[in-house]
Amino acid sequence: MGLKLKQSYRHSVTVRVNEQMGTKRGYTFIQANRAWLPKFLLLWVMVMAFLSAWIYKNMDDDNKVRRKEVLSSMCDQRARMLQDQFGVSVNHVHALAILVSTFHYYKDPSAIDQETFAEYTARTAFERPLLSGVAYAERVRLSEREKFERQHGWTIKTMKREPSPIRDEYAPVIFSQETVSYIESLDMMSGEEDRENILRARATGKAVLTSPFRLLGSHHLGVVLTFPVYKSKLPPKPTMEERIEATAGFLGGAFDVESLVENLLGQLAGNQAILVNVYDITNSSDHLIMYGHQNQDGDLALFHESKLDFGDPFRKHQMICRYHQEAPTSWTALTTAFLFFVICLLVGYILYGAAIHIVKVEDDFHEMQELMVRAEAADVAKSQFLATVSHEIRTPMNGILGMLALLLDTDLSSTQRDYAQTAQVCGKALITLINEVLDRAKIEAGKLELETVPFNLRSILDDVLSLFSEKSRNKGLELAVFVSDKVPEMVMGDPGRFRQIITNLVGNSVKFTERGHIFVKVHVAENPKPIDDAKAETCLNGGSDEGALISGGRQFNTLSGYEAADEQNSWDSFQHLFNAEALQNDASGKMTVADEASQSVTLMVSVEDTGIGIPLIAQERVFTPFMQADSSTSRNYGGTGIGLSITKCLVELMGGHISFISRPQVGSTFLFITTFGRCKKASLSDTKKSNAEDLPSSFRGLKAIVVDGKPVRAVVTRYHLKRLGMLVEVANNVKIAASACGKNSSSCGSKIQPDIVLVEKDSWLSGEDDSSSLQRLDWKQNGHMFKLPKMILLATNITNAELEKAKAAGFADTTIMKPLRASMIAACLQQVLGTGKKRQLGKGMLNGSSVLGSLLCGKKILVVDDNIVNRRVAAGALKKFGAAVECAESGKAALKLLRLPHSFDACFMDIQMPEMDGFEATRRIRMMESQTNEQMNGGTDKGSGRKDEWHLPILAMTADVIHATSDECLKCGMDGYVSKPFEEENLYQAVAKFFETKPISDS
Amino acid sequence: MDVVNQMQRQFVDYSTSLHREGILDDQFTQLQKLQDENSPDFVVEVASLFFEDCEKLINNMARALEQQGVDFKQVDASVHQLKGSSSSIGAVQVKNVCIAFRSFCEAQNREGCLRCLQQVTHEYSLLKNKLQTLFRLEQQILAAGGSIPVIE
Repeated sequence: MGLKLKQSYRHSVTVRVNEQMGTKRGYTFIQANRAWLPKFLLLWVMVMAFLSAWIYKNMDDDNKVRRKEVLSSMCDQRARMLQDQFGVSVNHVHALAILVSTFHYYKDPSAIDQETFAEYTARTAFERPLLSGVAYAERVRLSEREKFERQHGWTIKTMKREPSPIRDEYAPVIFSQETVSYIESLDMMSGEEDRENILRARATGKAVLTSPFRLLGSHHLGVVLTFPVYKSKLPPKPTMEERIEATAGFLGGAFDVESLVENLLGQLAGNQAILVNVYDITNSSDHLIMYGHQNQDGDLALFHESKLDFGDPFRKHQMICRYHQEAPTSWTALTTAFLFFVICLLVGYILYGAAIHIVKVEDDFHEMQELMVRAEAADVAKSQFLATVSHEIRTPMNGILGMLALLLDTDLSSTQRDYAQTAQVCGKALITLINEVLDRAKIEAGKLELETVPFNLRSILDDVLSLFSEKSRNKGLELAVFVSDKVPEMVMGDPGRFRQIITNLVGNSVKFTERGHIFVKVHVAENPKPIDDAKAETCLNGGSDEGALISGGRQFNTLSGYEAADEQNSWDSFQHLFNAEALQNDASGKMTVADEASQSVTLMVSVEDTGIGIPLIAQERVFTPFMQADSSTSRNYGGTGIGLSITKCLVELMGGHISFISRPQVGSTFLFITTFGRCKKASLSDTKKSNAEDLPSSFRGLKAIVVDGKPVRAVVTRYHLKRLGMLVEVANNVKIAASACGKNSSSCGSKIQPDIVLVEKDSWLSGEDDSSSLQRLDWKQNGHMFKLPKMILLATNITNAELEKAKAAGFADTTIMKPLRASMIAACLQQVLGTGKKRQLGKGMLNGSSVLGSLLCGKKILVVDDNIVNRRVAAGALKKFGAAVECAESGKAALKLLRLPHSFDACFMDIQMPEMDGFEATRRIRMMESQTNEQMNGGTDKGSGRKDEWHLPILAMTADVIHATSDECLKCGMDGYVSKPFEEENLYQAVAKFFETKPISDS
Repeated sequence: MDVVNQMQRQFVDYSTSLHREGILDDQFTQLQKLQDENSPDFVVEVASLFFEDCEKLINNMARALEQQGVDFKQVDASVHQLKGSSSSIGAVQVKNVCIAFRSFCEAQNREGCLRCLQQVTHEYSLLKNKLQTLFRLEQQILAAGGSIPVIE
């Protein structure tokens, strides 16, 4: 119970661990942050919006900078040109001033008069396109006014064309260009602007400008340029006073700035785009406009200032340029940014979609995984349930069966006995089924473990055969086994499971076969020969085909003469294989040495029947559990169809594989190939005692003739006889046997003088009519000279009449019923030859407590159980069978009692005990024994014929007989187990193993 | 002789009724079979051993269950013992209660355990009474010079 609990606990733990692993493994980054996904998307969109805005701004700024650069370069260009043109005009005026001083003052009389001046200036006007006109005003002091007025014949007038009032100085215009002739005789000093200009000019000696004002005549804004004209040469560095003193007059010109700038701008490209203003900024707080509109429109945000230098250091001018229109919105920047944004938006959406998809897929995956885990858990739970239920059913079933057995021991009327027996058979069938289900569940749950112990394959096959001998005999089937000589005597593997496989297959075959044979063959599958070779050889052995026709139909060269599904297994190939092996064995001893050197041996086991076969449609689901060929199968033949699936599982567990060939109405051949370990010689000798078949050796060297028309069958018989160490000849029919015998006896004495002649019933019957009397004579003849050979009839089933006939015909000695088994043949031969003095304890004695009594009588047995009641009951039961019982109430007490040497013959051990349980106690006992054994072997090596080793049979007593418990029992050194409370049969079976052989060997 | 016959019939009836009521099972019959001239008091001996054992175990369990922190392991061990004994003697009712008892022990269910203990005590005293009656009958038969009939 505890064991089971532990297992289920471990199981649920593994499931849970799996689950955890699953969830842990499944979480990816995306999965972990799934709640954040929409936020990630939003963030992404925002970042991208910001980025596109930034891009737009960048591009726009670029544009603005470029615009500004364009503006400044245009503005600078305009300013420079204006300045240049202005400079040129100023230079010309300067030149005029020098002209006047040269020709008016230095020449005497003056070389210039108004006409000359007017003409000259008119003709050189192209040089001064910016000046509307030039005029020369002479400096007239008050004292000189009258002389001057007289000389020129006009009075000096003010700007307002009135006679000038009296001043210190006057500057009346005496020469003027025709364009400005209206200012002749006007006193320039009377104008505020001009006066200031004049004063500044003569002080500095340079050209000076007025602030802008509306010009007389054109009402354009303009400035007046004034140059001083000196009458004498000035000293190199004249002072201001010297300049003033030397001043003779002033040359002036009016710059029409407005038209000047207008012209200038007209010549330049991009005129329309920009707006130009020119200011006089001498007075920094009040900028006077020289050109352009005071009310400013256009792009107010962006302007460029350029300095203008018109040569007058006193005055400062600047030009301000603006664009006419606001900067146009930059469409490229806008579209670029927008497209960028859209693309990013799409990319973001795609990523988001992908992430959502991943999350969904992962969710699905997890769901699937969970479902899978649940499904697996359900599967495991199913297996566990099956195991548990099977176990729970077994316990009461054991009770039922035990009680039925007890019931059968009592006095029953025949009807009651029949009922009880039926119930017992049914119960046993049910237990078998439950065991199968349990096996299946165990295999599925992976709890089935295979043993690796040495075992004798041949004896196991014989056992299986004996199991089915009753059934096959009833059905009239030939049941035979043949193991190739090359198969080693002992192999390493799981005998229980091997037996189970064979039992399943043979059981199946027996169930589905109504006529013909079932043939189990074991070969070494090392070098399978091609079949063609075998076919070729058939002709050589063709002589044996005699009698191939029997009344009714074709005879096949199989065991029983019926057709088998797998033709490879017919006599042709079989014989070939057989011959080949014989050859190899004879020819090369090396070969076997080499074989034995290898660690493992691969065996090919086939089970051939001539049953109903498997329908083609059902062939593919033969190994599926609970599947039979069709529903009618279970109706006709019973069974659940679980056997083959278990068989397949077991074969695969052993590392082999199973296959089959089947033809409906012909038969099926199941074939499995699996590998067993080879037994090492050393370990073999150890275990031989317990496991090897005990075939008597008293028949060694005896000669036998097998008379059989069917070669396969003959070979099988020969195989069994050979195992007994006999020399075997095969004869096809009685005549050949007789003649061979006779010939040999006459020619060369007792070379092949047979001790035994085994005649197959078929051969005898077919040869009987013509030659029975004759042959008897023959034998008799031989009998005069030699020992009469024993005549043995081999039969599958035989009627009483036939038996009588056979006895009459000379087979008085005995009849061996098939299936043949070596041990059985040995027993029969013992009986016939008289060598076997003591009969073995057969199965027939297995009823009643007398057997048990005889087994246990006088044995000293120790019962270990902590429960006093159980102890008493067990002791009572054993005492009843004549055993001397001693009791121990704990494992420790038992150890004390069993301290070597002791006189106990066996020990029954409870498993569940406080302090030291049965397993532990057994382990210790075994330890004690092995120590003592070692000492004995070491000290008295050849300790003659005393008890060779200490090994006390220990049997577990347990209330629940599960496989696991029994496995554990064997593992810790126990020899078996009995269920508690004691049942006679169970007890007998357990005890028989140890006490059966002993009385014989001891006596 | 009539008296003996009557007693014998009574004995058979009584023991079959015990079986029918499910108080005893075939194991008890097996025990009876074990009894022969070599060990004439085998059944009585085993039964008295069983009673002693039972009383001891029931006391143990009662004591263990009364304590504050119940040692379920100890209780379980006692129940296991009791189950073994009862199945050996064939006291099927006691055994069945023990099975339920053990599952409560595993579940560490104190209430359930106490209930089971009560049941066990009850079944036990019932069994004891019945068996003692049976044994008394046996004694009477023997005293009257009859033989104990074998129950199949």
